[in-house]
Amino acid sequence: MKCATFLLVLLATVSAVATSDLVIFSDPSYTARYQTMIAELRCPKCQNQNLADSNSPISQDLRAEVHRLLELGMTNTEIEQYLTARYSDFILYRPQVNNSTYLLWLAPIVILLIGMFIVVGLSRRRASDFQEQPATSQTDRRRLADLLNDGNK
Amino acid sequence: MIRFALFLPIALFVVLSVVLLLGLDSDPTDLPSALVGESFPAFRLEALDPEEGFIDEQHLMGEVALVNVWATWCYACRIEHAKLNQLAENGVKIIGLNYKDNRADAFDWLALRGNPYAFSIFDLRGSLGIDLGVYGAPETFLIDAQGHIRYRRVGVIDDRVWDNEFADLYATLKAEAL
Repeated sequence: MKCATFLLVLLATVSAVATSDLVIFSDPSYTARYQTMIAELRCPKCQNQNLADSNSPISQDLRAEVHRLLELGMTNTEIEQYLTARYSDFILYRPQVNNSTYLLWLAPIVILLIGMFIVVGLSRRRASDFQEQPATSQTDRRRLADLLNDGNK
Repeated sequence: MIRFALFLPIALFVVLSVVLLLGLDSDPTDLPSALVGESFPAFRLEALDPEEGFIDEQHLMGEVALVNVWATWCYACRIEHAKLNQLAENGVKIIGLNYKDNRADAFDWLALRGNPYAFSIFDLRGSLGIDLGVYGAPETFLIDAQGHIRYRRVGVIDDRVWDNEFADLYATLKAEAL
């Protein structure tokens, strides 16, 4: 039984090693950029997985492509442009600001501002509701004084 | 002012409902194509039949044609194949892009199911596939006589897809090319 468990664990490790691909770069600084890029690029075939997490053939190809382009000395922006020219904005998890995405980028700020206006407006109104109303006339003042003095008599 | 504010929640509800209702119809697997309107990417690859030598983008020009991405590992390509044969019989020029496949299987496939392709490009590594933004087979590009991509379909072409999405544009491009 113990032996079987051990073998099972061993098997699991083997497959874990087999699925992660070993990426070697000529310049060690590329490795970090590669990891960031494939985490922020979206697999075109799968719904909502990035290139790093997906094992689909197209993701493997695109990871290899990012690798190749990094080795060519392209900057991150150039690589993003290269890929969006082929796969459209869909491939970016962090879409660029342009005509079709400005709503997406601005909506959170606009909604936050609307919320702040509502909160400020409500709290102002409440504050004015609770404000002490000044006694307006002589009669009011006399009545008030009478009421206050009542308990002292 | 206050009266207007009373209607605000229902107005928001209506707007949100319309947005979500429209969202129901959109297909999340449908990627906007970055290539429609662009010219076919430059490439140089061997033909599927080695005797035909190398093919580049110049070979695709001069005639309105379909470029169909196919592979023997692609199940949906089987479903599509009969329609491609029929289109080829009706005089539509179809160029194959054999995508990440191997030659022996591809030859068997064409012998068994018929060959609708004027010729096939052999893209073993999928490099032209990446330049075309291909993310799965079958995919079909409609190109005009000047070699510009005018339409792209991801997925199977059947009678309905051809009639609804391709037929009119194909006829227009054909008429332009004359």
